[in-house]
Amino acid sequence: MTETTLRSPADEALLERFRARKPVALARAISMVEDERPGFQDFLHTVMADGPSARRVGFTGPPGAGKSSLVAAVATAYRTAEEQVGVVAVDPTSPYSGGALLGDRIRMNDIATDPGIFIRSMATRGSLGGLATTTKEVVDLMDAFRFDRILVETVGVGQTELEITAAADTVVVVLVPESGDAIQAMKAGLMEIADVFVVNKADRPGAARLVKELRQALHLRAGSAMKDVPAHHGVDLGRALKRERTEDPPAPDREGWEIPVLTSNALTGEGLEELLETIAHHRTWLTEGGALEERRRERAARRIRDVVDRGLRRVAWRSERVRALLDEGVERIARGGGTPYSAADEILGALLR
Amino acid sequence: MADDDRKIRILVAKPGLDGHDRGAKVIASAFRDAGFEVIYTGLHQTPEMIVAAAVQEDVDVVAMSVLSGAHMTLFPRVRELLAEAGADHVLLTGGGIIPEEDVTALEEQGIGRLFGPGTPTTAAIDYVKEWFATRQQTT
Repeated sequence: MTETTLRSPADEALLERFRARKPVALARAISMVEDERPGFQDFLHTVMADGPSARRVGFTGPPGAGKSSLVAAVATAYRTAEEQVGVVAVDPTSPYSGGALLGDRIRMNDIATDPGIFIRSMATRGSLGGLATTTKEVVDLMDAFRFDRILVETVGVGQTELEITAAADTVVVVLVPESGDAIQAMKAGLMEIADVFVVNKADRPGAARLVKELRQALHLRAGSAMKDVPAHHGVDLGRALKRERTEDPPAPDREGWEIPVLTSNALTGEGLEELLETIAHHRTWLTEGGALEERRRERAARRIRDVVDRGLRRVAWRSERVRALLDEGVERIARGGGTPYSAADEILGALLR
Repeated sequence: MADDDRKIRILVAKPGLDGHDRGAKVIASAFRDAGFEVIYTGLHQTPEMIVAAAVQEDVDVVAMSVLSGAHMTLFPRVRELLAEAGADHVLLTGGGIIPEEDVTALEEQGIGRLFGPGTPTTAAIDYVKEWFATRQQTT
């Protein structure tokens, strides 16, 4: 693929307006990617040639944790610093109707008309993992549109939004005292994806307890990194915890970043400054320690696999031969003469021949 | 995804100062249940906010609920701002308490069908679907 492989004059015109940073063109390009319309991969290929440059921050956490309000507050702060800000907010598609009610903008009305902010709502369209299938590609589009900062807000489902690590450099996990205890966060896999924890609505009862529990859980996890080292049964975990409880320093994660547990109140702005400083601090750590490079490599590998998977699926199911084999397989199963595995084997055989 | 089963994206907007958003919420839910992707932005939207959202979200349709009596100002203003923003292709429709002669006058200004109180939600859904199907054929 080269510069000149866009599918149509319409796509060429879109590209030109995209490069002139017209919001209408960005919006249209996002729809093209979101709907996987013909030529969308060529378009992405063309605009992504310069590689990523935006600072990408993800926000995840359970419903009602205040993700949208926090994103709005953070976006406002970045605008004050004269950054160009893109926001992608994902809400779930109803599995029954295929429709979606996308309501994240309700919390972002104060920034709605700022020409330096572009907010896009996306429906998951059946994808699990907290993002839509094409959210990562939409973030890439926003990056190519030269936003300085991109904020990505996941669906608030609680236990599956782990895809965010593939879209953002820094992942902020937003919890509230009502989210449950730290065990819930551990179960949900949030310990593995968080670069920063924020306990929002920190004026509510239970906030201090949750902060404490999270810090302890993070220490346990940092300790568990040693589990492959032999002869450690003698470690007095209780004493180790007690020591950490009194000193309470952040626990370093696998890569050496110490995951902080902050508190905030998105509506009053309390704790916002500390959050911004922490995100900036994480950014410095990412770039100076080489972790950003590492994460971008992982992201690239994952994306290549995703695009190949998508291509294979298309090639497979568009083939008439494959569709015929599928029908034959179904027929045999209905008559009791086959299983899904024999049918799939035949299809794979036909594809690989 | 093929073009013919493309999702209809629709902005349900509640402009102006009145706080009656029940109708907007009812129609937003009905649109979602009809399989549309509905962007709902809450109360007290200015025409500028509505158009910024319509552009960024690349919606096919803007549906405004106007109960304040300001429809003769709000609908033409949003239409005008959409045009300025390069979003002429967007259908602007809506509902509320709007006298018959005003409906006619607004239609002459390029506003889509406007639905009065008591309209079944299916009427609005069918209208949007038909409009969308016709547009898909012509583009």
